[in-house]
Amino acid sequence: MISVKNLEKSFGKHKVLKGINEEIQKGEKVVIVGPSGSGKSTFLRCLNLMEIPTSGEIWFEGINLTDKKCDINKTRQKMGMVFQHFNLFPHLTVLQNITLAPVKLKLKTQEQADQEAMKLLERIGLADKAQAYPPQLSGGQKQRIAIVRSLAMNPDVMLFDEPTSALDPEMVGEVLELMKELANEGMTMIVVTHEMGFAREVATRVLFMDDGQVLEQNTPDKFFSEPKNPRLCDFLSKVL
Amino acid sequence: MDIWNNIYKALIARDNYKLILSGLQNTLIMALAATLIGIVIGVIIAVIKYFAQDNKKLWIFDKICNIYTTVIRGTPVMVQLIILSGALLMIKETLIIAIIGFGINSGAYVAEIIRSGIFSIDKGQTEAGRSLGLTKIQTMRYIVLPQAIKNILPALGNEFIALLKETSIAGYVAVHDLTKAGELIKNNTFNSTGLYIVALIYLIMVMGMTKLLSIFERRLAKGDKR
Repeated sequence: MISVKNLEKSFGKHKVLKGINEEIQKGEKVVIVGPSGSGKSTFLRCLNLMEIPTSGEIWFEGINLTDKKCDINKTRQKMGMVFQHFNLFPHLTVLQNITLAPVKLKLKTQEQADQEAMKLLERIGLADKAQAYPPQLSGGQKQRIAIVRSLAMNPDVMLFDEPTSALDPEMVGEVLELMKELANEGMTMIVVTHEMGFAREVATRVLFMDDGQVLEQNTPDKFFSEPKNPRLCDFLSKVL
Repeated sequence: MDIWNNIYKALIARDNYKLILSGLQNTLIMALAATLIGIVIGVIIAVIKYFAQDNKKLWIFDKICNIYTTVIRGTPVMVQLIILSGALLMIKETLIIAIIGFGINSGAYVAEIIRSGIFSIDKGQTEAGRSLGLTKIQTMRYIVLPQAIKNILPALGNEFIALLKETSIAGYVAVHDLTKAGELIKNNTFNSTGLYIVALIYLIMVMGMTKLLSIFERRLAKGDKR
């Protein structure tokens, strides 16, 4: 579904990604872990070209995204992204946050979009907040709404960039719970996170990144029980 | 009773109040129309400058915008107005010339205000919009600009107040504005009472608008807390 070929990214002289090759299949839940500054967020942001790769190729559903002729806006409709800081639109109501993109991109009529958005809100138990504005909501509510905002586009894959890192501890659970539901429904997910419990429970594959490279990857069982790379052993000893 | 006599002469005798009313009307028209032109120019320039940041092909437009803001902000508005009235001789209506002149002038200042407004919006907002598949222009139009404009409304209000006072030089290009009315009254009454009245009218307008702005600002601040 997604294949990454020899991906490199530099910010000025600083090389953040040093040649990454990766294949992600439909239905996989890939969790990326690693110390901060390891390039895991940059890697994720390269997948939908939030960051423009310095070199290498990214293919999504048979389209080369790094090709200049590719219409990235079209592709991004199929790749949902959830951010660390939620990035809800504070000047719009919750409902408008969810319906803005589908309506403006002419994928749905306003009526259709409203209906489907209400269904999504009911599902996460926030239907009563439809007319509220984001500043009135808690962090956990904001992030769950940010997730359904992406879902309203019916994406084929969801990218999560440290979705729980900016949350108060007691709100982490509700967001992870929603992500688990998505995973169970078969959504293809790529998640950058520090939540090792989530990785262990939900991931089909865990990647360890450090210094701009994928140093080790395995199924969650083996990843946590039999780490081989010394840097991964070191990392796990600190976070577990 | 000298004061009342002077006020009577300045307002009632010779129907001088009509001079003041027509002057006030022209002053308000100039200030309003020029602000609107200024906002249109300002938005266009600010948006061009924003897009020119990461699209090198727009550098020529970026340069033009820079020259415009530098020249306009670096020269007196009165000189600009006199030059413009010389260049637009075919327009007979001096009020229109003044509106164009003040509009072009105000555009340069409004552009800077709007630019700062756009840059005050968190990058995450743009990223969220783009990640949903919205184009750059849609993201600007539906997500960034509405928030930016809300943030800069107070600054825009101040620009409008400044412009209202700046229009007092329109008399130099033969516009009958409020200040000009005061001058005419001074000439036919041989004292300055008319000018005091004109000054008072300006003061009342500015104080009124300042009050309005502060009410507005408080309301916006409340909206943020919610």
